[in-house]
Amino acid sequence: MEQVVQQIVGGLATGAIYACIALSIVMIYQAIDHLNFAQGEMAMFSTYIAWQLMHWGMPYWGAFFLTIAISFVLGYAIERIVFKPVHNAPVLSHIVIFIALFVIINSMAGFIWEFTIKPFPTPFGTKPVLGGGILSAHGAGMIAVTGIMLVMLYAFFRYTRVGLAMRAASANPDSARLVGIRVGFMNALGWGMAAAIGAVAGIMIAPVVFLEPNMMVTILLYGFAGAVVGGLTSPGGAVFGGFAVGVIENLASFVPQFGAEMKLTIALALIILVLTLKPNGLFGRKIVSRV
Amino acid sequence: MSTPLLSAKNLRAFYGPTQILYDIDFDMHAGGITTLLGANGAGKTTTLRALSGMVKTAGEIRFDGKLISNKETADIVRLGVAHVPEGRGTFVRQTVEENLQLGGITQPAGQIAADIDLVFTYFPRLKERFRQQAGTLSGGEQQMLAIGRALMLRPKVMLLDEPSFGLAPLIVQEMFGILRRLNQKEKVSMFLVEQNASLALELADHAYLLETGRVVMSGPAKELSQDENIRRAYLGY
Ligand SMILES: Nc1ncnc2c1ncn2[C@@H]1O[C@H](COP(=O)(O)OP(=O)(O)O)[C@@H](O)[C@H]1O
Ligand SMILES: [Mg+2]
Repeated sequence: MEQVVQQIVGGLATGAIYACIALSIVMIYQAIDHLNFAQGEMAMFSTYIAWQLMHWGMPYWGAFFLTIAISFVLGYAIERIVFKPVHNAPVLSHIVIFIALFVIINSMAGFIWEFTIKPFPTPFGTKPVLGGGILSAHGAGMIAVTGIMLVMLYAFFRYTRVGLAMRAASANPDSARLVGIRVGFMNALGWGMAAAIGAVAGIMIAPVVFLEPNMMVTILLYGFAGAVVGGLTSPGGAVFGGFAVGVIENLASFVPQFGAEMKLTIALALIILVLTLKPNGLFGRKIVSRV
Repeated sequence: MSTPLLSAKNLRAFYGPTQILYDIDFDMHAGGITTLLGANGAGKTTTLRALSGMVKTAGEIRFDGKLISNKETADIVRLGVAHVPEGRGTFVRQTVEENLQLGGITQPAGQIAADIDLVFTYFPRLKERFRQQAGTLSGGEQQMLAIGRALMLRPKVMLLDEPSFGLAPLIVQEMFGILRRLNQKEKVSMFLVEQNASLALELADHAYLLETGRVVMSGPAKELSQDENIRRAYLGY
């Protein structure tokens, strides 16, 4: 029993990262109606920026917040420069652009920082804080940082006018324009915020998986799983889904026979299972395609 | 005569390659209520969508003397053009309160509370429903909410797309009474699109008749309501 609890707590730590990625996926999905395959690569690139800033001598938290700001600007710029012009183009054009972005960002990171694995610091330390070494100080820090960020995001969307405008723009873009909201600008803000959230996820996970250009590839899949499980139209659902995937993955690796190799398989099976039973995810509402 | 508040000259509108409006001309003056009548499919909604920049157009649209054709919708709205769209455009998952806040989203934050109170004086029902999800409102209440939302903009002109659509006759009467009061007390000019010609002609001072994308008749509302052809085709007597 105690071991099960430990596995759940351990799962929450990685789940926090999946939750961040799932949330950034959902935010961009709401802006453009498609899954952004390049989301993980954007987070990876941000993590390199943080690494570079620290390499140049900036203290950890300075680099952390400056990276978030830079990532916000980059995400915003990607929407304005790359996606705004193709806003009404067919789905396939979007997918091609996502794949192109994926490859470009990945190889750019490799070109600038090389493909060798780099260690990444943690501000929390690595001492175990729970028995059995299941939760390290860094794991607890990841949960705390994610929690703080999620509360801030919730407050932003719930209590600020910009947050309300963003919700309106994604729920009903035509009506949003008719009250004077600049929907394109809101979409770009959504991209900026998604990139910033991804940056936090990348910086938090990097000490665990090490920094290298492909560090986010599997994490992105888990993030997708979380977003799909929770429902692509529900930010809260995506966060729940992310945590759920982290916990389930950890519990699964605990079962004999399965072992650690089956973790990813389980995440993917979960996507298919949920989509079969509840096509809109656990918390998502029916998706009505826009005309 | 003063310069018109809202005017169109040779206005054409298109959905893709299909032309829907053909050289529409009209003028409406500040303070008045102008109605655009026409059968289903005549192009009334398209005209309103053209005015607020939601469809591709050619020709000239002026508001307050400024050329607004081909401006972004949000920028036209910010000039004081409140479009109450066909289907009401409710933010269904947001509360009534949030819908009204959205109506005033371009206005200074300090005036929102007072403006919501003003909306309540015209639509007390919305006060009872304040915390409710807007999608749960009845059709009549959603129409009130749509007009209330438009009022939050402190608009110079309201573009109203069939506010009587789908409502019980009694509620329609009430609604048109409120529109008249808004026009008189809040000095909101109105451009009213209607299929319900008798009501619209009663409320409006000026009328245009649209048939398959062309203005086929215009004049003071009183004159049009006396016209033989209009009486037969649109008033049913
Ligand atoms: N989105 C659209 N795409 C193509 N044609 C449209 C679209 N919306 C309306 N139409 C056509 O434009 C014409 C005018 O429609 P509309 O302006 O909605 O008329 P009304 O509001 O007077 O009933 C109709 O023939 C309609 O079929
Ligand atoms: Mg119509």
